[in-house]
Amino acid sequence: MSDPRATALHVGIVLALAGAFFVLPEYHSGNLARIMVLAVYAMGYNILFGYTGLLSLGHALFFAAGMYGLALPIEHFGWAPIPAFAVGLVAALAVSAAIGALALRTVGVAFMIVTLMFAQAGFLLALYFGEWTGGDEGFAIPQALRSVAGIDLTQGDTRYASALLLFAVCLFLTARVVQTPFGRALVAIRENEERARMLGYDVTRLKLWAVVLSGTMAGAAGAAYALLFGYAGASFAAVHHSILPLLWVLLGGAGTTIGPLIGTGFMFYLIDFSSEITTAYMIVAGVALVLLVLFARTGIAGELRRIWRWLP
Amino acid sequence: MEFGPYLMLATLEGAVAAAVLALTAVGLSLVFGVMRVVNVAHGEFYMVGAVLAWVVATSVGGHPAVGFVAALLVAPVVAGGIAAAADYLVLKRLNYDPETTIVATIGILYIIQQVTLMSFGPEARPVEAPFDARLALPWVEHTEVGWQLYWPWGLSTTAYKLFVIGAAVVVLLGVWLVLARTRLGMVLRAAQLDPEMARAFGIDVDRVYALVFGIGAGLAALGAVLIVPIQQAHYLMGGDPLLLSFIVVIIGGLGSVAGTVVAAVLIGLSDGIISMFFSPTLAKIIATVLVACVLVFRPQGLFGTRAA
Repeated sequence: MSDPRATALHVGIVLALAGAFFVLPEYHSGNLARIMVLAVYAMGYNILFGYTGLLSLGHALFFAAGMYGLALPIEHFGWAPIPAFAVGLVAALAVSAAIGALALRTVGVAFMIVTLMFAQAGFLLALYFGEWTGGDEGFAIPQALRSVAGIDLTQGDTRYASALLLFAVCLFLTARVVQTPFGRALVAIRENEERARMLGYDVTRLKLWAVVLSGTMAGAAGAAYALLFGYAGASFAAVHHSILPLLWVLLGGAGTTIGPLIGTGFMFYLIDFSSEITTAYMIVAGVALVLLVLFARTGIAGELRRIWRWLP
Repeated sequence: MEFGPYLMLATLEGAVAAAVLALTAVGLSLVFGVMRVVNVAHGEFYMVGAVLAWVVATSVGGHPAVGFVAALLVAPVVAGGIAAAADYLVLKRLNYDPETTIVATIGILYIIQQVTLMSFGPEARPVEAPFDARLALPWVEHTEVGWQLYWPWGLSTTAYKLFVIGAAVVVLLGVWLVLARTRLGMVLRAAQLDPEMARAFGIDVDRVYALVFGIGAGLAALGAVLIVPIQQAHYLMGGDPLLLSFIVVIIGGLGSVAGTVVAAVLIGLSDGIISMFFSPTLAKIIATVLVACVLVFRPQGLFGTRAA
């Protein structure tokens, strides 16, 4: 049973985000739309890292599968966004199932390296098929092709609303899933895999489901990003884009429902702010990673949970 | 040019790459073997070596060889010092927990890379080779009078490239001698086999770890100093050596230094040859996928015998 306070918190966050659109200036509401889509990516990552305890260094592959799954049919075959979005989801699901089946044969450090390598291979594939993907430069999706049922998704308000819709769906989905027996079993695996196995859980199958759910959510974020911001490029498949969700989740609080949003928003503005000062803005990410593992393993939401123990 | 001479040229280029790769990968392998730490920042120590080589070479002046020798001495020591400091300040405090240290070394990667971007800048900068003699290479040909040596037009290499190969062999032999024959090597192996027991025998394991992390980074930096007269120094140049070193260390068996050297020669040579005839990107894709599959299906590596 979910705590009513947790449900209230989630509904409150979605309402606050909806209200924020009317209060914030256009620049910040545009940023917030981006943050919400990236927070979906982080929430997907959090299912695997925060709840199941598996550290992947290759989630950019799933994000890119969703992104190209949507963008390539639109760009090259003139598909409508809805079926293209479905292709993106299916692509991310298929890729994450395949990578999960392979990578889950390894544990610990080897799992991290295997996911990293597969993602690197995916990134290089995107470069290799540069004629289709535009390689590093990527390609812009024309504005005319980015409307659903007559609603132009390139406008500030419709874009914000779509991002919020996706974010809300994934937030409630995550909050629900981690309350189900499946979600509880994932946490059991994180806490003590041997014991979970001894209690009769099919640990391998559960972990595979976690990878698929996590990867598909990352893919949904990728597809939405391409659709709402009209751009797909290989830089979203690169290694550093696999590391960003790890950073966001660590910062916001792994294994919490609201951590990914907090971490993504915080880091987004931190990088936005520092990129005005220096071109070497990724130093913020580096320093944050080191400080987090040294001093605040549980992240912001984890620290808050010490005060409010009910925090989901 | 005919196929034969072309292949020889490709092999030679591959051998240079293999020599530098062997140095870098042995550094990574040593760190993993002794400390059980996967150092994702390893490529950045390589990059630091190359950048320092440029800094030293330009500030020394005089004959290029003077600057080069100075760089050869200074760059590995400084890179090793940075690494030892990172070990002392960060990794030691994490108790070398495998997953947390990976996250920490990712952070260190960004810090080193971005600090270099701030100070050294985004340009690629060349370093002059200490000597630039060109050597024409002979090839055999079957004529009426039997097999004959001749010198095809354009088939040549630089003396410097041969020097790189020789220098790498010497350094690797030195590393092997230190590991196998000296007291220091014995201490390293003791810390690798059983840190607790080593500590009980009065070995300062923390210092050994800092030293090993420094030596690993120093080897990468040394490889970079050797390569920088051929390639230019750039703040993003650490990515490829990191990936290739990973590949080499995995194929060679995690933590086995001899396996690492064999794998480095194999990978360096085949990478050089394949990239010359096919697209380098395709070569990298195939290598990456194959290596990931090696890790999945044969985690002890192709040459290793025990599980990692």
